[in-house]
Amino acid sequence: MEGVSVNYYIGLSAILFIIGALGVLVRRNALVIFMSVELMLNAANLAFVAFSSVNNSLDGQIFVFFIMTVAAAEVAVGLALIVAIFRSKKSIDVDQINLLKG
Amino acid sequence: MNQADFQTLLPVIVLTVWALALLLVDLFVPKEKKWITALLAATGLALTIGISLTQTGQSILGFVREIKLDGIEITVSMVVLDGFSTFVSILLLFSGLMGISIAYGYLKRMGIERGEYYSLILFSIVGMMLMTQAADLIVVFIALELLSIPLYVLAAFANTNASSEESGIKYFLLGAFSGSFVVYGIALVFGATQTTAIAGVAAAASAGTANVPLMLAGSGLILVGFGFKVAAVPFQMWTPDVYQGAPTSVTAFMAAGAKIAGFAALMRVFSTAFPSIAADLTPILAVLAALTMIVGNVAAISQKNIKRMLAYSSIAHAGYILMAFVAFGNPELTNDAISAAIFYLVAYAVTNFGSWAIVISLEEKDGKGLALDDYAGLGKSNPLMAAAMTIFMLSLTGIPPTLGLIGKIYLFRVVVEGGFMWLAIIGVLTSLISAFYYLRVIVIMYMKDGEPKTTSESWLNFTWGTMAVATVIFSFIPASLFKWASEAVMKLF
Repeated sequence: MEGVSVNYYIGLSAILFIIGALGVLVRRNALVIFMSVELMLNAANLAFVAFSSVNNSLDGQIFVFFIMTVAAAEVAVGLALIVAIFRSKKSIDVDQINLLKG
Repeated sequence: MNQADFQTLLPVIVLTVWALALLLVDLFVPKEKKWITALLAATGLALTIGISLTQTGQSILGFVREIKLDGIEITVSMVVLDGFSTFVSILLLFSGLMGISIAYGYLKRMGIERGEYYSLILFSIVGMMLMTQAADLIVVFIALELLSIPLYVLAAFANTNASSEESGIKYFLLGAFSGSFVVYGIALVFGATQTTAIAGVAAAASAGTANVPLMLAGSGLILVGFGFKVAAVPFQMWTPDVYQGAPTSVTAFMAAGAKIAGFAALMRVFSTAFPSIAADLTPILAVLAALTMIVGNVAAISQKNIKRMLAYSSIAHAGYILMAFVAFGNPELTNDAISAAIFYLVAYAVTNFGSWAIVISLEEKDGKGLALDDYAGLGKSNPLMAAAMTIFMLSLTGIPPTLGLIGKIYLFRVVVEGGFMWLAIIGVLTSLISAFYYLRVIVIMYMKDGEPKTTSESWLNFTWGTMAVATVIFSFIPASLFKWASEAVMKLF
């Protein structure tokens, strides 16, 4: 391959995935948590495209389209849920979503 | 798409079209006549059961193609129809029927009767069925999301009720989180083996062309993702909250359906794609199973709310089923292990729907009637219902004469034959612990005085009645049921 070695892409995707996972665990705003999840999905997309170019097969690139579609479907449901929570609680801080415990 | 492809996906296609049509038809059903939608949804499920039954014994590959991996040429497929997928699909469709029969009256009583409920259930079942048929990791992922997204909506279905909304958002955030683990795991497996087809992954692994560390990391991430879905410790923390907050009819469906589908996918993926690394995964799975049984059963003891108690019990049962996976390292035992796990899933589904149906009978508006103490006096005021609840609690504990005991015997036998004596001992000990909180429900029903308010709805009564009878009757003919389950497995690939 010309230019940047593919290992850098894989490394970047691993870093993005870890940032996303940490974001989910550390951040308290439901919207930001959700964005972190999207970051994790996009890390997977990057890994797929990179591996696809290593392996000389288009399977990985096609998988990316599926992931994008599914992510869009998740956004539709997720934002609706977040809006519903915001309407009743006036907040989307996950620490305040604490009715159920025990 | 040729004839074979169409044949393979026929039940899934029929149910998808039916669910889409139902979404439209429901617009023209007046608000006070939602029983029509429920009936139509049940008809769709029954029709699909019929189609699946005609396919028993068939074994077809769908969307077959040739791939080349470092010189190995191999035929792979996207989806597959075999004894295993047909058996589990029929089980899932029955869960759907049960889910609708307990939901109809409940939704009306709680004032959340809306037609989309039934379409969402159907879509979720489509995802679950696709999961059992998946022969490519792409399909596994699509099916996983297709089954989860409707469940997120269903969990929050009692909209404006704060706990239902909370349950929905928690399930959604953790479900999406775990989904991204599965995707990243699949990406790594793709990188390691150059393919996402399960047969291709297995071929690359056994030919030694796969990058083993990458594949181990990938399969580990997939395991984490599915661990969330089936509520295995340490990925179980969402379960009690989500099960408690969601409308009870949704909880019942989620507890049975999502668990069956999750374990079906785990069996398919781990027994066919990763047998070569089974030796590395087995100890991890054994520890996960042990932790899940211990945490689930111990945490259930202190619960005062029946929904929460049953949620922890469902975690514990995920642990028992996980035990079956430790036998995968031993190829001679794989078939027995899978049939034992399927048998346990059947037993769990039957008992689960029965006990949740009774919880629904006692539940009142505004979340009343869910405390364990609300069951006091049920033995006097409604002896039949109390007797059925007794049967379910005995079955969940594993006391004869119930299906739960037989399921546990088969599981423990596989674990012992697989050489994991310590795991079997933990299983038995945790079953003893579980006897405490299951039998406490029986004690409260018969020994304490109280006036529980029960709702009598014909479909609800029918559900817990038939499930109670099935729990007892099937326990007398376990051999033929087990034979059916193992014949299903024999045709796995």
